Amino acid sequence: MIRLHDITKVYPMGKRELTVLNRINIHIERGEIVAIMGPSGSGKTTLLNLIGCLDKPTSGSYYLEEREVSRLSSGELAKIRAHKVGFVFQTFNLLPRLSALANVELGMRYAGGVDRQRVMEALTKVGLSDRASHRPTELSGGEQQRVAIARALAKNPPLILADEPTGNLDSRSGEEIISMLTTLHSEQSITLVMVTHDANIAHHCQRIIHLKDGQVEAEETI
Amino acid sequence: MKKWFEPLSTAWVGVRTHKLRSSLTMLGIVIGVAAVISLMSIGKGATADILSRIGSMGSDLVTISPGARTWGGVKSAGGSATTLTMEDAEAIVEQVPYISAVAPSYSSNLQLVVGGENMNAQVTGVPPDYQYIQNLEIASGAFFTEYDYQRGTKVAVLGSNVKETLFGDADPVGQQMRMGSIIVRVIGVLESKEGMFGSADDGILIPLTALQQTVAQPRTAQGERVVSSIALTVSDEEQADYVVEEITSLLRTRHQLGPLDDDDFSIMSMEEIAEAVSEAAGTMTLLLGAIAAISLLVGGIGVMNIMLVSVLERTREIGIRKALGARERDIWSQFLIEAAFLTFAGGIIGVILGWAIAFVVNRTGLMTTVVTADIVILAVSVSVGIGLFFGFYPARQASRLNPIEALRSE
Repeated sequence: MIRLHDITKVYPMGKRELTVLNRINIHIERGEIVAIMGPSGSGKTTLLNLIGCLDKPTSGSYYLEEREVSRLSSGELAKIRAHKVGFVFQTFNLLPRLSALANVELGMRYAGGVDRQRVMEALTKVGLSDRASHRPTELSGGEQQRVAIARALAKNPPLILADEPTGNLDSRSGEEIISMLTTLHSEQSITLVMVTHDANIAHHCQRIIHLKDGQVEAEETI
Repeated sequence: MKKWFEPLSTAWVGVRTHKLRSSLTMLGIVIGVAAVISLMSIGKGATADILSRIGSMGSDLVTISPGARTWGGVKSAGGSATTLTMEDAEAIVEQVPYISAVAPSYSSNLQLVVGGENMNAQVTGVPPDYQYIQNLEIASGAFFTEYDYQRGTKVAVLGSNVKETLFGDADPVGQQMRMGSIIVRVIGVLESKEGMFGSADDGILIPLTALQQTVAQPRTAQGERVVSSIALTVSDEEQADYVVEEITSLLRTRHQLGPLDDDDFSIMSMEEIAEAVSEAAGTMTLLLGAIAAISLLVGGIGVMNIMLVSVLERTREIGIRKALGARERDIWSQFLIEAAFLTFAGGIIGVILGWAIAFVVNRTGLMTTVVTADIVILAVSVSVGIGLFFGFYPARQASRLNPIEALRSE
């Protein structure tokens, strides 16, 4: 599903250059559930953005479903994001002025069009069908994150990327979200890559990749 | 939902969720378009007004006056020269084609007395054809006939203002009045024309042969009888220019002018005047429109300003949309459609407002206004064009945002 080969990402910092990722090699199989852990500044989010085609590597090659995507134009990357990748963010990133329903619709919008029925299915799956008309501000943090998961799910992507999905939640709703993600993963054979600080959460995954200073420090299989 | 509909609904949500800002943006366009519509309707109304007055004088009318024409078409001392004669008029009838009627006239200021009222008025001696040539309508009574003209009957047709002054509300038809040294009988009153060029309302018409009995018509050195002007109608308006040319060369020959001499007469055809006036009025209308268009331009800059603020404020939204797979084109069209939507709606409201202003101005009676479809279409399409033009830069800014940075922004 995902093959990263010698991926390096360098950001220009004024005159100096900051190497955020340094020759990373990672393979993730279809249907795997993988956690990426590491201290702040270790490059976790950058790695996830690269996997999600939000960003391009400075060098190295990235095969997503056997297709080299690291040199594609921004338009083609957008297309991949639209069809292949569902994002779940730490800060939910819902549009505050839209209802839960409209937010989930937005997830399908750029993936070929909105299908009301699938939108409702996705909301039902995360247990929010009765809150479809509520705005994010009228929902709790856990509920907002569930809307975000529904948004990622609605277009039925092969890959879901979650960047600290429980980071802004209390531990109880955090656990709910994780169990929801792992359930969805086992039910739908979605590939799930999750960045987290929390070792307890990471242990729900099949594999943990430890990053440090932009390099893979260790990999452990649970 | 259909595919084409989605960008529209997105734009609508964008507009609806920022009601105050959207309406303020629209207001600039509304005022601009309303100004364009109302000012241009006033310009067009004035043009139509002038043209209809000219039309009421007969667009097939050609008037020849004595005296040279100076540059720019302004007559110098028109009517005071004594170069035009009855014999000129006769020669024109005989020698120039496409003429349906010719009326030489001679005017003189005479004192009029009716009972205790008296006034000075311009009395014009004309042949009966003059009524037809000048498109004169009779309000009461009748115009004099060929029979009156042949016999020199002392009858008069009054302009509406003269009738008002001498007779007030009474019916003057059949009444006698003193005109200079003779007594004339009033046989008719002219319909008021509110004409612009030497109104017939303030004058009196009598048979030229009758006028000759009280006022001596001067003669030129050649013994020809001088006239104040010659009016004629052309049978084919298409040929007006040709007729004017023919008359010019005929009169130059008759007046024995050398090739270097200026004309000692001037010819103006209504056709020509109508063209010149409508051209001038068209220029004025355009000028009014241009002034109003400046406010539209300012409105457009307002749109751009708001759109830039909107892009800044919605950076995070743009980041989210991009993460969900929106292409540059999607973001770009979203903002562009939003801008065009605002200006289109503003344009429509502006048209309604401008139309209302034009209507009210028309109702006050101060000015005639005409709202034509071309102004409306122009104003609305210009306002949409402004939306697209001034929305383009902000929309492009939005579409080029880096998704990661956009997501990180607060």
